Amino acid sequence: MTAAIQEGEQHTLRETFANALIITRREVRDSFRDWRIIGPIFVLTLIFPLMAQGATGLFVRFFESSGATGLLPAFLPLLPMIVGFFPISISIVIALETFVGEKERRSIEPLLSTPLTNTELYLGKTLAAMIPPLLASYIGIGIYLGALIFGTQAWRPEFDLILQILALTTAQALVMVTGAVVISGQTTSTRAANLLASFIILPVALLVMLESFIMVTNNRYVLWYIVGGLLIVDAILFTTGARLFNREELLGRQLDTINLSWAWRTYRKQFIDGARTPLEWWARAWRAVRLVRGHAVVVILIMVFVFAGGFAVARVRTDLRITGTTMSGNVPTLLLALAARPPGVNAVVEQGVRVVLLATLLSVMSFGVLGVVAPMAPFALLGYVLGQPVWSTSGVESYLAIATLHVLLEAPALIIASSAALRLGMTFTQPNKQETVGERFLRALADCGRLFFGVVLPLLIVAGIIEVVLLPALFGGR
Amino acid sequence: MIETHGLTKQFGEFVAVNDINLNVAAGQVFAVLGPNGAGKTTTVRMLTSILKPTAGTARVAGFDVVRQSTQVRAAVGVLTEQHGLYERMRALEYLEFFGRVYSLSTDETRKRGLALMDRFGLTDALTKRLGEYSKGMKQKLALVRAMLHDPQVLLLDEPTSAMDPQSAKQVREAITDLRKDSRTVVLTTHNLTEAQLLADSIGVIRRGRMIASGSFEELAQRFVGDPVMHLALGSAINGTASLIGELAQITEEGPDWLRYRTPTPTQTNPAVIKRLVEHGASVVSLSPLQMNLEDVYLNIVEEDEVAHGHPMKGAKSS
Repeated sequence: MTAAIQEGEQHTLRETFANALIITRREVRDSFRDWRIIGPIFVLTLIFPLMAQGATGLFVRFFESSGATGLLPAFLPLLPMIVGFFPISISIVIALETFVGEKERRSIEPLLSTPLTNTELYLGKTLAAMIPPLLASYIGIGIYLGALIFGTQAWRPEFDLILQILALTTAQALVMVTGAVVISGQTTSTRAANLLASFIILPVALLVMLESFIMVTNNRYVLWYIVGGLLIVDAILFTTGARLFNREELLGRQLDTINLSWAWRTYRKQFIDGARTPLEWWARAWRAVRLVRGHAVVVILIMVFVFAGGFAVARVRTDLRITGTTMSGNVPTLLLALAARPPGVNAVVEQGVRVVLLATLLSVMSFGVLGVVAPMAPFALLGYVLGQPVWSTSGVESYLAIATLHVLLEAPALIIASSAALRLGMTFTQPNKQETVGERFLRALADCGRLFFGVVLPLLIVAGIIEVVLLPALFGGR
Repeated sequence: MIETHGLTKQFGEFVAVNDINLNVAAGQVFAVLGPNGAGKTTTVRMLTSILKPTAGTARVAGFDVVRQSTQVRAAVGVLTEQHGLYERMRALEYLEFFGRVYSLSTDETRKRGLALMDRFGLTDALTKRLGEYSKGMKQKLALVRAMLHDPQVLLLDEPTSAMDPQSAKQVREAITDLRKDSRTVVLTTHNLTEAQLLADSIGVIRRGRMIASGSFEELAQRFVGDPVMHLALGSAINGTASLIGELAQITEEGPDWLRYRTPTPTQTNPAVIKRLVEHGASVVSLSPLQMNLEDVYLNIVEEDEVAHGHPMKGAKSS
């Protein structure tokens, strides 16, 4: 547990929680004295649910008059979810103020001078940011449901829906708060923290849209996976925040000026890596592959896992539709057609570059997780495609040869790019006391750049040439 | 009680504190002087285990500031440069919060808190929100917070900076009492009179280095020189200077007065008076010229400037 993360922290888990709650109690009490927090919470908790109840009536009448009452069960669950979501959005305001607000009010140093450990401070403040909005959210949902149950509306939500909405609301609040607390601990002004909050608000807004879509399309079981995923993200955010939290940095950083020249110098230094000639740089870029060795192991394991998964699925499902085509029976033809009429070197390289760039972008937004998932997904397809002739015992040699040549250089390129993206995304979760997160991120980004230009791109070009020149030569006549 | 060896703190390439060696015993008041940005606050923050030293070691109340940071923070009371109060709280509520943080019982907190509030004349403001306090009251309450858990070591950053003379006197008396109770006090201040009045020893920090330390007398001796005596005569000085010049080094003279410097006033002064009386001169008074910490401090700084090749403009020399 994080109780012993920081140097010099010697409190037991029980003491840690007890001490954290001292902070929580004070901060919650303070929050309830701030009209800027209480005002919106009051409106969102008491007034908004009643408005939503009115909206439910409008929904019901609209669907009834349109003769679409069958759609009501899909649409109505959206309202309690929204009623629960609005109050927790306030949590972000409180959480963003957590550390940086105290720093601006100059009340942080007396607190940092107390015997409380970093974990206690961090946990106490995180709980304090979460409790008032979460309570407001539960009360809001309660009022809304109470008005439905005891009111005139015909709709009575099932118990499992209520449970699901409460779980979803709690998981979302946890993610928003832990994310905002990480930001608050790393910025130097509330203004900067508010600007950076878009990194939380935008993904959560997208998530709410996705959840709404899932609800409307009546695939509510998927929401439990989202709850699970959110809890994992929350655990990552909390441990990351606790590890990044540092008394010293909190007091030390005074400015939040964007230093582009410093950023460029840091990036450039890492990118060039002391090379004096392009050839030396290229040799160093290849040597830099060693930097992502550990990450490559993870990527390869995932690759093997997804390939095996696709291969196994091919045994039980031969009729999967992929990009609009039913794969059953087409696989051998498809592979041979691909080998005989490849799309051109440019197209092969462009596709690879798109995947790598997308993986890098997604990695930054997901602590590295999606940086691996996106490039590895085609290997599931490859497993499925190769599994079909194997399971149908229709002679696998040719297809295996095509597939091997196809991935011979493309796979190493994607493994290296994916490993570099994973490393980049993980810079946020693996703080290093010797350098700031920004410095570490820029250096990892520069490593991504030199690995891409020095290693991945040449591999993709050669892979494209193999696909376009070698494969048609070998299999064009078949 | 406080012991540091080669204490150093670097922020990137900037050396904020460089090789500080301290030894402050229990019951001593140590004043840290120095211009803004000299490294005083950084030193205090290292002694509070908020900042981790880049090099060197420090022990406070017997605990290592790096390995036993929690114990260090439990053993020290800190008055920070900014009072840092929670302005929506009331005084007692505020003290109870810090009492819980320092593992004091509510009764103990109230007892100690009320006694300290009374001592600093804050009892009437107990029910006010802290946002309504004046600057001086806030400073005093912050001091109450620092003293609440009866720490062995107090680190006080500019304790009287925002106070009226009466409040400042209360604080000075409190510091004197802390010394009597064998508490160790480190005082960072720009108020040289206060430092001279309260401190057993004084350290001057400049550009991160401790350029001088010792008692006031030791520093005065080292940086200003031997004591200067002021001799007032009943008549014109006529030839008196030559009589005294054989016994001490005359530094200044007027129509009926002169000043001389001597390393041993207890021996020189009787000899001077004896000679003057023998020669029929009437002595009105003979007294040491009062030196103050400001003279000493400015000499220390000037010497440091000269040593680094940047003579200080406007520095006072004696």
